[in-house]
Amino acid sequence: MRALFTVFVKEVLENFRDRRTLVSALLFGPLFGPILFGAMVSRMLDQSVTESDEVLSLSISGDAHAPNLTRFLESHGVQLKKSTLSESEARAQVAKGKAQVVLIVPREYAERFIAAMPAPLLLVADSTDSQARKTAERARMLLANYNSGIAQLRLQVRGVNPLLVMPIAVNEVDIATPSGRAVIVLGFMTYFVLFAVLMGGLYLAIDSTAGERERGSLEALLCLPVARASLVGGKILATCAFMGISLAISLAAFVVVFQFVALERLGMSANLSANTAVLLFAICLPFIPLGATLMTFVASFTRSYREAQTYLTSVLLVPTLPIAFASIYSLRTQSSLMLIPSLSQHLLMTSVLKDEPIAIADFLVSAGSSLIFALILGWLVARHWRRETLLG
Amino acid sequence: MIEAHSLCKQFGAIRAVNEVSFLAQNGQITGLLGPNGAGKSTCLRMMYGVLTPDSGSARIDGIEMRGETSLARARLGVLPHATGLYGNLTARENIAYFGALHGISRAAIRARVAALARTLNMEEFIDRRAKGFSQGQRIKVALARALVHEPQNLLLDEPTNGLDVMAIRNVREMLLQLKAAGHCIVFSSHVMQEVAALCDQVIIIGQGRVLAHDTPAAIRAASGAATLEAAFIQLLDGAEASI
Repeated sequence: MRALFTVFVKEVLENFRDRRTLVSALLFGPLFGPILFGAMVSRMLDQSVTESDEVLSLSISGDAHAPNLTRFLESHGVQLKKSTLSESEARAQVAKGKAQVVLIVPREYAERFIAAMPAPLLLVADSTDSQARKTAERARMLLANYNSGIAQLRLQVRGVNPLLVMPIAVNEVDIATPSGRAVIVLGFMTYFVLFAVLMGGLYLAIDSTAGERERGSLEALLCLPVARASLVGGKILATCAFMGISLAISLAAFVVVFQFVALERLGMSANLSANTAVLLFAICLPFIPLGATLMTFVASFTRSYREAQTYLTSVLLVPTLPIAFASIYSLRTQSSLMLIPSLSQHLLMTSVLKDEPIAIADFLVSAGSSLIFALILGWLVARHWRRETLLG
Repeated sequence: MIEAHSLCKQFGAIRAVNEVSFLAQNGQITGLLGPNGAGKSTCLRMMYGVLTPDSGSARIDGIEMRGETSLARARLGVLPHATGLYGNLTARENIAYFGALHGISRAAIRARVAALARTLNMEEFIDRRAKGFSQGQRIKVALARALVHEPQNLLLDEPTNGLDVMAIRNVREMLLQLKAAGHCIVFSSHVMQEVAALCDQVIIIGQGRVLAHDTPAAIRAASGAATLEAAFIQLLDGAEASI
């Protein structure tokens, strides 16, 4: 026990003096997520604001053939840029990006309109440009309104009830709660939190096994009258400590980011106060020993620092697998899923952020399963450390 | 006192160490001499307990070297072939870390590190971080690390490897001091003059076996060669011829 503590203190001290460890564990790891998340959500906000508030502007060619339609569009706040483009010119302009959406009123429009025949209109846009697609969609909606308005007038003039041609009326009911829509965004966030945990311990896990071997200090250490389990246990504990610090910094940063990002404006509500952050910390705490033992386990089998770095970087992605799986199959919180580490933390954190109650039993199962996995991995690490092949 | 009893170790098809036995007495320096790849390091590694022998055993002061917390380890100071230090710790912290793992009290460690810094001429860099140390400085710290718990017995794997003349002299003097104080010292080397100058007894190892085991003078006399080096080469040639 005393040896374990000695190793722990030395590893913590040594790594606090290492710039690379500090940058990755206390800066890059924990802050990468919140910053990216903040940027991502602000961008989404910008886009959604554009959609509803911005003036729809259209290029129109041949407006003289359809004065009534032009008046209708203008009265609905559309900014019309009048031009005299032919169809091929309009295509070229759109292709070059000089115009976004062009509405062409052909010469025969007026003639056919008066004859109560379908009057042709041409809407030119590039649907691979997401902005243009939205503009075209809005233009189409307005034109459809105009179309049905005219149709109703024509029927009334002929003494027919316009309702006759509207056999059904569909009313959509969207039951998505504002928080529910946040699930995908929050999925990113919970991954970033778990990522911060793993990044916090990355360099310690490498240094305490592959690094120690490559540096040539391992052999002297193994000659000591100390149980190998204490040696590697102290190292794992130090890794846990750095992971805990990284987790705390990351959650604190998220609390700050949530102050500035107005999720409600996206129709989402997520709650992240300091109290919630403490709860999230508690949820992630059992994931720490699991991450630490997993990384130490992988690093124990590598021969060099560089090799360990390669393998451990892919370990950083492991927690995404269950989360990705869950969002593809849109799994909901249920007790059996609490057995899967990283997924259980993701589901619990998401519930907390959505202000849904979480069952104590779920929390306990999540913590218990993570800790059991950690114990198994810890046992495997200790067993590997007793082998003579450890020296490589 | 360090004993090896019929140590054997095989890696795949290669018999690295084959029936090696010897006894190293207190107050004596025993040299393990052999060409590269002769099995010296494997032999030492079994004696300081990081490799388990296939058969045979190693004993330190009569205690078998077996298990992670064997008492034999506490009575042994080891300078392995790899003398890596923790670059972000100072020389003092590197040594103290090993002392703490040996279970020595802080006060005792402080006193011991100060004494070692004096005898090994380390005072100038004792509080510097080990990152930029020269090979000589590194070996001194590693040696101090091996001596921090004042072990009765010492196993050193090529302690003068990569050292300059002055540093080699330093190490030699220290080994002689330790010998005078009654310690048992076993070291491996492939430098003939060093072994001839320092050792009370020499064990010549070739192809994993003990080829000769005697005082340097007796080995020379038995082979009829003028120098230990000539005797050494004769023995190795003989060993190859016999296979």
